[in-house]
Amino acid sequence: MAYGEHMALEKPPAKTRWIAGVLLLAAGGYVVWRAAALGCGTVYVVAADEELTVASPWEAMAGIAQPSLGRTIGVWVAALLTLAIFSFLYKDNPLYKLAEALFVGVSAAYWMVVAFWTTLVPNLFGKLFPAWISATLMPGLSPEREAGWYWYFVPLVLGLMLLWRLAPRGAWIAAWPLAFIMGATAGIRLVGFLQADFLNQIGATIRPAVVVVSSAHGQAVDWTASVGATVQALLLLAGVLCCLTYFFFSVEHRGLVGQAARIGIWVLMITFGAAFGYTVMARIALLAGRLEFLLNDWLWLIDPAGTRPPDWTSWW
Amino acid sequence: MLQKLQNLDRRWIFLLMLLAVGCPMLADWPLPEKPTGLVRQTFEMIDRLPAGSKILLSWDWDPSAEGELGPMANAFVRHCCEKKHKMVFIALWPVGQQLIDDTIRQIIHTDYPQLVYGRDYVNLGFKPGNEGVIKVLLTDLRQLYTTDALGTNIEKIPVMRGVNTVRDFDLVISVSGGYPGIKEWVQYASAAYPNQIRLIGGTTGVSAPLLYPYIPDQLQGLLGAIKGAAEYEQLLLEKYPPLHNEDRGKYQLALRRMGPQLVAHLLMIGLIVLGNILYFAARRAQRT
Repeated sequence: MAYGEHMALEKPPAKTRWIAGVLLLAAGGYVVWRAAALGCGTVYVVAADEELTVASPWEAMAGIAQPSLGRTIGVWVAALLTLAIFSFLYKDNPLYKLAEALFVGVSAAYWMVVAFWTTLVPNLFGKLFPAWISATLMPGLSPEREAGWYWYFVPLVLGLMLLWRLAPRGAWIAAWPLAFIMGATAGIRLVGFLQADFLNQIGATIRPAVVVVSSAHGQAVDWTASVGATVQALLLLAGVLCCLTYFFFSVEHRGLVGQAARIGIWVLMITFGAAFGYTVMARIALLAGRLEFLLNDWLWLIDPAGTRPPDWTSWW
Repeated sequence: MLQKLQNLDRRWIFLLMLLAVGCPMLADWPLPEKPTGLVRQTFEMIDRLPAGSKILLSWDWDPSAEGELGPMANAFVRHCCEKKHKMVFIALWPVGQQLIDDTIRQIIHTDYPQLVYGRDYVNLGFKPGNEGVIKVLLTDLRQLYTTDALGTNIEKIPVMRGVNTVRDFDLVISVSGGYPGIKEWVQYASAAYPNQIRLIGGTTGVSAPLLYPYIPDQLQGLLGAIKGAAEYEQLLLEKYPPLHNEDRGKYQLALRRMGPQLVAHLLMIGLIVLGNILYFAARRAQRT
């Protein structure tokens, strides 16, 4: 059963729903009141170097900056979509689905447009037909053809073959460029992993177990640092060996091998625990980021950077 | 009571977490940060370079990681500006180009208006191809980046003079939210040219544990999650304090998020302890 389905089954009692409804209405009223009284969520802009840049409310008070309707709508849409996504924590609902669908659709469209203007135009059409592209789409490109320009027909043809899978017949044609992509990717990745994650990691593990660290002046031995570095090197070596022993299944895990494998499990568990701790910190940081946007940029309830007059940040 | 707690609706925990993060933010609790060795090492990598060094900044993330990576991206750029380094921005993620624009607007345009686009910094924008982009940059950067993000021919950009491959940069900084990111920079750049490419970065909490094994040989510095960003901001504020004290808040993006982190972590620990107590209490109740 999916998480959302499970949530949908848990229907809160009528009294709770009633209280939640009243609280939501009160919060909505408060936001509307703040928007009307203070203009919270308004973005100000100032003209600089022939373009509009975001300005602070201080500049608006001084009469330099003007409110920007488009950017203000942007802040409100972002805030409402954030709340729509958060609403899933209470229950799966149409607002969440709308925000999710918008996100997927906008992301896909954005990716296509960016890829067209950053790769297809300058790196393919700009190489094949430089004079035409320079005159029409991208004036910054050189109108001169490079030596060996005709090689760029190869990616053009491969790209067209890849698009063939959309045609009702001859979908197999797309398999050829796909095979090229898979082969090239596998080849590139194999070398990268072999060098960085295998050979270099072995090299990084095989280090002198006893480390002597010189002092800042390089004349005397820093005993504290040396002991710390030696303990670290020994722990690293022992941890790697014990973990490898745990994954070595050709020998029964009994006696000394069993003890080492057991320590290996502990090392792995500590690693997973540390990774989980980091994940918790990451998720809280993301939540803090969104809350800061809601409380600062949208509602003007906080002002950590001091961008607004103090009166504008008061609760009432 | 035991039964009630065991069947507690998870939405109460969500609400508690919201309050744990939201209340310290409203109260604005400042917490001191003591920078750790790895963060100092990362800081020194930029700080020791002579003024005018060329730095490649790869923005390999998107807005979903803004809460973690935004502060460290801003801190890196502010540090480069203070040291008067030349900055070349690229992005391996599609939205990276807009994030570069954001960083330039928030930091360079606002605090360092004397820096000139094209002479002191340039935005080369996004190129699709993931690690393929890195592979091309190792051999011929100009083959892929024929123009900057604004469509200006790369030959006419002063900061790009003498830069033909990644090896021509004094340092590479990747702010990475996943794939492609620091791992790919290690695998295809610094591992391939260990003595010629120096790489540091900042990453999310989810990715950080996977990148620590590359330190120090293949990755010379790393900021792990919001904690790493906060420590870096602390170092930056100590060494390069803002001209006006009231501007400090602008440079404490990560530092001010450590208060919510503390309270939320205490809540998490409390919930884990409570969960275990409930588990053992239920087992004892079943036995009796």
